[in-house]
This record gives sequence, C-alpha cells and structure tokens, in this order.
Amino acid sequence: MVDLVVIGASWGGLRALRAVLAPLTPDFPAPILIVQHRSDEESALAELLARTCALTVREAEDKDRLQAGTVLLAPHGYHLLVEGDEAILSVDDPVRFSRPSIDVLLESAAEHGDRAVGVVLTGANADGAAGLAAIRRRGGIAIVQDPQSAERPQMPRAALAAVPDAQVRPLEQIGPELMRICAPSTARPGAA
Amino acid sequence: MPSTADDPDGLELELLLEAVHRRYGLDFRGYATASLRRRVWRRVTLEGLQTVTGLTDRILHDPRVLERLLKDLSINVTEMFRDPSFHGALREAAIPLLRTYPFVRVWNAGCSTGEEAYSLAIALHEAGLLERSRIYATDMNEGALAQARTGSFPLERMQVYTENYQRAGGARSLSEYYVARGASAVFDPMLARNMVFAHHNLVSDRSFNEFHLIVCRNVMIYFGRELQRHVHELFLDSLVPLGLLGLGRKEAIQPPEIAACYQPLVASEKLFRRRT
Repeated sequence: MVDLVVIGASWGGLRALRAVLAPLTPDFPAPILIVQHRSDEESALAELLARTCALTVREAEDKDRLQAGTVLLAPHGYHLLVEGDEAILSVDDPVRFSRPSIDVLLESAAEHGDRAVGVVLTGANADGAAGLAAIRRRGGIAIVQDPQSAERPQMPRAALAAVPDAQVRPLEQIGPELMRICAPSTARPGAA
Repeated sequence: MPSTADDPDGLELELLLEAVHRRYGLDFRGYATASLRRRVWRRVTLEGLQTVTGLTDRILHDPRVLERLLKDLSINVTEMFRDPSFHGALREAAIPLLRTYPFVRVWNAGCSTGEEAYSLAIALHEAGLLERSRIYATDMNEGALAQARTGSFPLERMQVYTENYQRAGGARSLSEYYVARGASAVFDPMLARNMVFAHHNLVSDRSFNEFHLIVCRNVMIYFGRELQRHVHELFLDSLVPLGLLGLGRKEAIQPPEIAACYQPLVASEKLFRRRT
C-alpha cells in the first residue's frame, strides 16, 4: 500500500500544486512532501496552498512526524528528505543549483520502495528526473505532468526521458489519480 | 535504525559506520540516515567505487580515505549573520539579558569555519559587551577550526554578509571590521581576543563549562532523534539557570520533557530561555 507521496515543482509550480492538491479529501491516507523551487525567503507558499485545499499544509521542521493528510513543504534554503516516518532537513550544498532539491527529496523517498509515489510537475530545469528514476527503480510509482499541460515543459520532459514508463497525466487528472492510487482498498495492477 | 535482510543498502551503511567506530573510535551511528547516505555515496563515487561496502574496505585499510570521508561528513555550510532575523532577535532580545551578567560566556557549538562566532563577536562588541565576554567556538573538524583561527573569510562573500549584517540590525558598515588582503577579508583581531576555538565532538565529549548563551544552528538536523536528545541533555547541563539557547530556524527541542525545561524568548527565531 502506498504510504508516501512526494512532489516536485518549479516554474509555474504554485498553480500546478494548487490544481493537484485541490481534489484531495481531508481523509487522504498518505502524507505528502513537496519541494517547490522558490527564491524568496519570506514565503507565504504554505498559506497560499492551504487556502485552496482541504489538507493541512505547513513548512517542515526537522524530525516532523509524517501524518496522513498533512502536506509538508521544504523550507527555503533547506533540503527536505524523508527517513522512515520522519521529515529530515539538511543544509548540504545545493544540488544542481537548487536547495531545496527535488532530486534529494525523491531519492530519499525511493527508500520506501513500492510504497512511494513520486510526482514531477512543471519547471524549466531537469531537477527531479534522477530522483523519479530512483523511485521507479525501487518499485515505486512515477507520475509526470503532461508536458503539454505544463507552464514550463522542460522538467516533465527531463523526467520522462529518465523514466520512460512513468504515467503521464494532464494536470487536472493528477489529484484524482493520487486519490485512486492511495485509496487503502485499491489493488495495484502490475504490482508484485 | 534497525536494518533488515531485505534492505541491503541500509545494512551496508550500518556496517560502514560500525567499522569507522570500531577502527577509529568515531561515532556516526546516531546520525540521520537520509542525509548521511547522500554524503557517503558521494564519497563512494569520488573514490571510484561501486558500493558502500567497497568504501568500508578502503577505510579499514587506509586512514587517508577516512580523512576524506570525515571531510564529507562534517557540516561546513555557514555564513556570517545567516538568517538575519535570528541575529536581529539576538540583538534585541538576548543581549539585554546578557548585559545583566558581570561576565558572559557564549558557546557556539558546531562553529565550522568561524563565520557565526565572528557574527556573535560583532554583536557583542556593538553592545559594549565583548570586553567582558568569552566566546567558545567548537567543532569536531580540525580543518574547519584551523580555518576559523585565521579570522579571515573569502572576500567574495562580503557583499552577502554585508546585506545580512544590515538586515540583522548592524549599526555600522561591516567593512569597518575587516581589511581586504588578496582574496580574503581579514577580520579585526580585536574581535578574536576573547574567542577560543577548540575541538569538541557533540556526540562523544562532555559539558566543559557553564554558559549564558549557547548557539547551535543547523547542526543537530544531521542527528537522529536519540542523538538529538543526548545533545539537548548536554546543552541543558551546560546552561546557567535562565540561560539562552539558539537553534536553527526549522529545529525543535526534543524530546518534550527537555522542551518543557525552556520557554520561548523569540519563538519564531527558535531562541529559547531555560526556565530555571
């Protein structure tokens, strides 16, 4: 059963994240961790996302326990990683100029094996491709926003190049797809 | 972190840390695995190896490889007046309290290359307290300490540090405190007169004094919960009654029974005061 959703977004991410989170119901059975690239230090991102979704949204603190239906955002200037049922922060060097880095989050989530879902959304760089490949390699599910529906297609394209068998979904279908995948009773076709 | 037979990667990492501990007496076993794993794998790749076990093999037989891994594992990301709002809070809320003591002892734990210690010295100096203060700046990395003792930082960073300093409520111009020499900004030795750089490992070393202020920012995020508890016990033991503790912007005091020993001084900046 899926017990972790990790999402990476960059340019155009606020709108995309809102669209993904909006259909999720408060009983959503998995925790969600998000890396959104941003440059501003004082960010209202958590507040902006919370306004348009039914889940609890906040910036992660180190060693936060993951909770179903709670969205944790990588704070500005920190990498966000997952270890077991805890969120971990680091101030290690930026990875490909990014801190937080989507690859770092997704690679740590790959440790969850087939219980992890990775989602790569709009962006103008290649962050997240390596991380999504790691998730897929360890048996997790990979979802990529259809580049056609992305405000910036480079990031989804890079993810698809790295993970050719990822599910490609237009933006408005990603939320419902997450609901379906994460539903406790859902048997996953193709899963061992 | 318990490993299982179906998690060979986790097991390899655990065996590496066990080997480093048994062979060299250095204990990273309580570190948070997720960030540690990335650093270890970076070293595996840089050594031209394929597996963590391959690295373990090298380290057991070649201390120079261990030295390189140690560099990877020590946290050397720092800047002057990092998070200006924290330093602003120190200036406005902590310094008035420190002023009430005849002599002020500050512990900058995990000082890395010294930027934070110099930032604290500047704040104390501008409050007229530096003369009667001593800053103990400690780190587990000798290389970082050697760098810190030079009192010089890359000149190219000064523009960022100047902005930080001003946003932190700095009263002057940061350039009054340093002279440019080649690619370095060499800081006024006056700032270091009451500063002691010393080796201290938060994992294995004990309390060595009583302090009025402990600053330990973004160091414990690399530790697992048990090790965090250990260090928080150490800090509690090392603070005078009503002493102050400053953590990183996204760190919490845990476990709850230790958190209960503090009250927030400036909650948003993770600046705490011991209750008794």
